[in-house]
Amino acid sequence: MISVNNVNFRYPGASSDALTNVNLQIQNGEFVAIMGENGAGKTTLVKMFNGLLKPRAGSVSVDRVDTQDKSVAQLSRDVGLIFQNPDHQLFAETVSEELSFSLRNFGFDEEVIKRRVRNISTALDLERYLDSSPFILSGGERKRVALAAVLAWDPKHIIMDEPTIGQDYLQKDRLRNFIVQLISQGKTIVIVTHDVEFVAECKPRIVLLSKGTVIADDTASKILTDVEMLTKASLVRPQIAELMHQLPALGENPGIIDAYAAREFLIPRLRKADQTIESG
Amino acid sequence: MSLRFVEGFKFTKIESPIHKLDPRSKFILTVGLFSTALMFTNLYVLFTVFLLQIPLILISKTTHRWLRSMKAGVWLGVFIFGMNLIFHTPLVLSIAFAVRLFAIMSAFSFFFMTTSADDLGLALDQIHVPYSISFTFTTAVRLVPTMAVDAQTVVDAQRSRGLELDKGNLTKRVRNYIPILIPLIISAIRRSVELAEALESRAFGATEHRTAIVTLKMHLADYVTIIGTILGLGLAIYVYFRVPLPTVIIPIQVPEINL
Repeated sequence: MISVNNVNFRYPGASSDALTNVNLQIQNGEFVAIMGENGAGKTTLVKMFNGLLKPRAGSVSVDRVDTQDKSVAQLSRDVGLIFQNPDHQLFAETVSEELSFSLRNFGFDEEVIKRRVRNISTALDLERYLDSSPFILSGGERKRVALAAVLAWDPKHIIMDEPTIGQDYLQKDRLRNFIVQLISQGKTIVIVTHDVEFVAECKPRIVLLSKGTVIADDTASKILTDVEMLTKASLVRPQIAELMHQLPALGENPGIIDAYAAREFLIPRLRKADQTIESG
Repeated sequence: MSLRFVEGFKFTKIESPIHKLDPRSKFILTVGLFSTALMFTNLYVLFTVFLLQIPLILISKTTHRWLRSMKAGVWLGVFIFGMNLIFHTPLVLSIAFAVRLFAIMSAFSFFFMTTSADDLGLALDQIHVPYSISFTFTTAVRLVPTMAVDAQTVVDAQRSRGLELDKGNLTKRVRNYIPILIPLIISAIRRSVELAEALESRAFGATEHRTAIVTLKMHLADYVTIIGTILGLGLAIYVYFRVPLPTVIIPIQVPEINL
């Protein structure tokens, strides 16, 4: 479990807090999206999960271990943080070396390293690039390499900072399926994102941040249909939610944010409307 | 690893007499301090060059950030001192080389903390440096803080992958920086290519003779600074050739290191 208790944080030299009195509990195996405007403190918050940043006041604990008491390397064994820009971490001559890097840092045996590199590259469709330089890959592929490099050591909690940026629709769909797969394996998934459409399709619990404080913490259906909250966090409703809002004649929207739920909601009503027209 | 020392080379707009000086006079002053520090290996002179800058730093109200850059230089100073000792440089001279580093670092920290990139570009244009060169130089200065942010992100990303920069012997510690340097260099190259393309797309270089709205003008304080620097440099040259300087004697026997 990741537990954030009354956390305050201010960057050195800054005039105001990046995080103010943040409280958050994320259970093991939970899927959470942290959303909010630029500069809301989303990345600052997740950097506390693996000890890159330590709170000025309050505490952050991972599986009941206070992050103050552990090094980043120790915490990272359980908390895998995937950065927004893959170019900030890729350095090796080949993709295979890139995937092995963290495993060597964590002291895995060479046999285990080979096996894990093979498995993760298969899972993320990177096998054909294993001997290629990561720098010649496309942006989306580099992003997948960065993801694979973290998943290779099998952390219990996986944090993804803006995982959908630079990904085409197909890659986003693959990422969504992959997240579902990871959740079924009992992994905790935390994503930091602005992508309301992606979140609407995944339907995680949403933690909404604004100006360094948590302004809402609820289901995706509730938050992504709450215009007031979304406006505070400089977000907009996903398109399906907007469409449902534009059709008040269909009755009150029961928090529909994705195409499948919209289909279930609309079909009986459209059939009923058809029958009314035919009988009338 | 913190890269906050870059703050010690970053311009911040502050109301101070030093900030109001013309960039050309500040540049001449910096070059004067730099040249004097390079000219001498005498500890007394090097300390004087270093200490002379402290009143300027105090007047420019940048003491905290200057101290940060000096603090960051400590490891480099220790490295220079250590390497000189290893290669049989006398103890006093090894100390002098380390002090020289601080004197030079301080001079450039002072210059960049008190001179905006725009003023620097204007100054270069007014002394007829080709615009492509002055633009490249000022862009490089502007990008230093951005590069520092990038470097910090790279460090964070690699630490999140289990990299421990301070682990292992000296060779291992040096090798630990490879995963930091490569992404940093690659992203700098990518950024520069993108910047070049963006500039060309916005008609960079289309006008041969550029004009500027603002023209820099020298004031009395600038002339005083320049004359003071020239006199100081002249005195340094005179001392260098004509005045036998007292040497510092440290009564410590350094054990010889055989490699």
